[in-house]
Amino acid sequence: MATWQNKFRPFGAGRYLVLTPFVMLVVCLSYGQTKNSCLDCHSALPDLLGVSQEKFSQDIHAQKGLSCASCHGGDPTSDDPDKAMSRKAGWKGKIDRKQIPNLCGSCHSDPAYMRQLNPSLRTDQLGQYRTSVHGKRLAAGDTKVAVCTDCHSVHDLRAPSDPRSTVNRVNVANTCARCHSDADYMKGYSIPKDQFAKYRASVHHEALAVRGDLSAPTCTTCHGKHGAVPPGIDKVQNVCSTCHTFQAQMYEKSSHKEAFQAASLPGCVVCHSNHGISHPTDAKLGTGPDAVCMQCHTPGDACDQARAGLQSDLSQLDKAIKGADQVLGVAESSGMEVSEARLGQDQARDSLTKARVTIHSFRKDLVDQDIQAGLNIAAKNLQAGQKAMAERNYRRVGLGLSLVAIALMFVGLRLYIKRIES
Amino acid sequence: MSEMSPLRNVRKWLDERFGWDALIAPLRKKTVPMHRLSYWYFLGGITLFLFVIQVLTGILLLLYYRPGANEAFESVQYIMTQVEFGWLIRSVHSWSANLMIFTAFAHMFSVLFLKAYRKPRELTWVSGVILLVLVMGFGFSGYLLPWNSLAFFATKVGTEITGQVPIIGKPLMIFLRGGEEVTGATLTRFFGFHVAVLPGLATLLIFVHLLLVQRLGISVPPKLEVEWTVNPAAKREMKFFPNFMLRELMAWYMALGVLGALAAVFPWNLGIRADPFVPAPAGIKPEWYFLFMFQTLKLIPPKLWLIDGEVVGVLVFGLIGLLWLLLPFFESDQPSRPKRWITGLAVFALAYMAGMSVYGHLAK
Repeated sequence: MATWQNKFRPFGAGRYLVLTPFVMLVVCLSYGQTKNSCLDCHSALPDLLGVSQEKFSQDIHAQKGLSCASCHGGDPTSDDPDKAMSRKAGWKGKIDRKQIPNLCGSCHSDPAYMRQLNPSLRTDQLGQYRTSVHGKRLAAGDTKVAVCTDCHSVHDLRAPSDPRSTVNRVNVANTCARCHSDADYMKGYSIPKDQFAKYRASVHHEALAVRGDLSAPTCTTCHGKHGAVPPGIDKVQNVCSTCHTFQAQMYEKSSHKEAFQAASLPGCVVCHSNHGISHPTDAKLGTGPDAVCMQCHTPGDACDQARAGLQSDLSQLDKAIKGADQVLGVAESSGMEVSEARLGQDQARDSLTKARVTIHSFRKDLVDQDIQAGLNIAAKNLQAGQKAMAERNYRRVGLGLSLVAIALMFVGLRLYIKRIES
Repeated sequence: MSEMSPLRNVRKWLDERFGWDALIAPLRKKTVPMHRLSYWYFLGGITLFLFVIQVLTGILLLLYYRPGANEAFESVQYIMTQVEFGWLIRSVHSWSANLMIFTAFAHMFSVLFLKAYRKPRELTWVSGVILLVLVMGFGFSGYLLPWNSLAFFATKVGTEITGQVPIIGKPLMIFLRGGEEVTGATLTRFFGFHVAVLPGLATLLIFVHLLLVQRLGISVPPKLEVEWTVNPAAKREMKFFPNFMLRELMAWYMALGVLGALAAVFPWNLGIRADPFVPAPAGIKPEWYFLFMFQTLKLIPPKLWLIDGEVVGVLVFGLIGLLWLLLPFFESDQPSRPKRWITGLAVFALAYMAGMSVYGHLAK
């Protein structure tokens, strides 16, 4: 022990302790890092050729260990620009737009390779792209159409789950609109340019962007992502039914399905439109400015009468619910306990929603079943509200009588005190 | 009443067995001073009346109330909707609790302004202040019992503040909650405090308080005391039985009328069932009688010097409470030389509590 103490020199040990973190830092920084001379120059270059270290570090590819050379070729280990960007070293330079899908697909369509980096990622994007309008037109020589980098960005490409990604669910519509809402850019294409403006006013956009409902549709939900195409007149119903299942089931039973098919009308879109879908109201069944039935039907015909009947049914239930709500509201504000009936009102509202879904069958007998169920519930709740109000009045009468009795006792006591004190 | 009346016979029977007449003799002799501020003397009696109402309605509620996180809310809902006059009993219990706290505060301030706490009534004051704390404890523990959302989160905040007390705070909070969090264990614990511990202590202290009032008689303001000492002929008194008692009875009837009106016109709200997994509603506040303290704690900066602001607040309130309890011991022995600063302090305390409560009520 004594020998060890003599040999131990605190200053010497301290020196090692000070040096250790530096050595560890150098080892950590150099670990796994290979030289990338591309960024040395390109981080200083302006605009088109410029890629900063900060920007590239955000890129999912950089984070997975890929470098500039993975796409552009060349030798990033060389400090000599001629050697680094020599054809001999496989340097490709700026990638031709037409080649971009194939270049991306060289990795993204290789399941064996992709499995190593992200096993859950699909590898059919290139195949799908080739079936899309974009892919077909690119193959035909139209280089204005979108390629991978137009939507996904380049050099700072982020995973779609990243809210900052251009293809994140909430950003997709803006990304599509960059081209599709640009009238100059879209000149020469016979498609409308107002889809984004209409979508922004739609109930779907409101759900996604305002209410933050990530299940609400954006462009790719209906058109597809890599295989983006217009759904086609006879397939619209299939697209809408992926979310609106019950409406689609009812529509299947309706006479409209056959009639629309025969007239080559695009199913759901006929009444609800496509990009600018507004919140549907019962007025759609009416005859006013929002009405849709009378666009095809003749006033007074059998369908018009059925329409009026359906609208009247919905209106009757709506009024019954509002009536019960009003009475329950007054009872509640009077301090009456009506929470059970309040809960029951939700059931009545569910029946109304169900009836509005059943409308898509255009069958009065089916709609009437839901309406009747809702009317029964609303009537029961109204009764509960009226009972609560009667109870409230009974309490107030009781209070009045009690106060009279108390007042009499009060006066009696006063008179008694006066008598005994006189 | 004739000599043969049954009541007289019962009284005779009692007197023969444990000297009933001698027992109530002091009460017969008891008098109440009469002056222009005599009506303040009713407040103690009204508070006692409301306490009795609390006991009676509380016992009735116990017939149906079931403590426990899975049953409490439903049992109160059942009382409010299904039990005959259950709504009335529960509403009277809740309103009476609030009125009782109000009258207890009013009684305390009337005692303060009339300087009735002076020698030899120091112990009456001390027992009264402890009773007020117990009454607030009744309010705090009873508030949680319906197990609704507001009560749940108010209890969470309230017990959290208790946890700020240095050293004993955390164990005290765990003791109150029956664990780290407010759960069903807290509810059963609060139920125990509300129906057993607090009523036991309160009954004992009320007995002591009333005994002291009986032994020491009713105080008169210092100025009047000096006046009556100099000129005993000016002294005016009223017999407690039956004259003052009948007047007190009138006050009780009035309180009963107010209570009935509040219960019938504004039945006590049941709220929404407590759900520990939902976030606390915005702007959660305690009951009005805790609001002045809550608002003060909210206004204290997070850090005062190097100490947590809330800890400083809790400690200062604790110190003020202790000094408040000992207030009579700072008062002069001579009625001719009352300490004016105590009256000034009382005015300030009343203004502060009222102002802070209104501010807390209006604050978002």
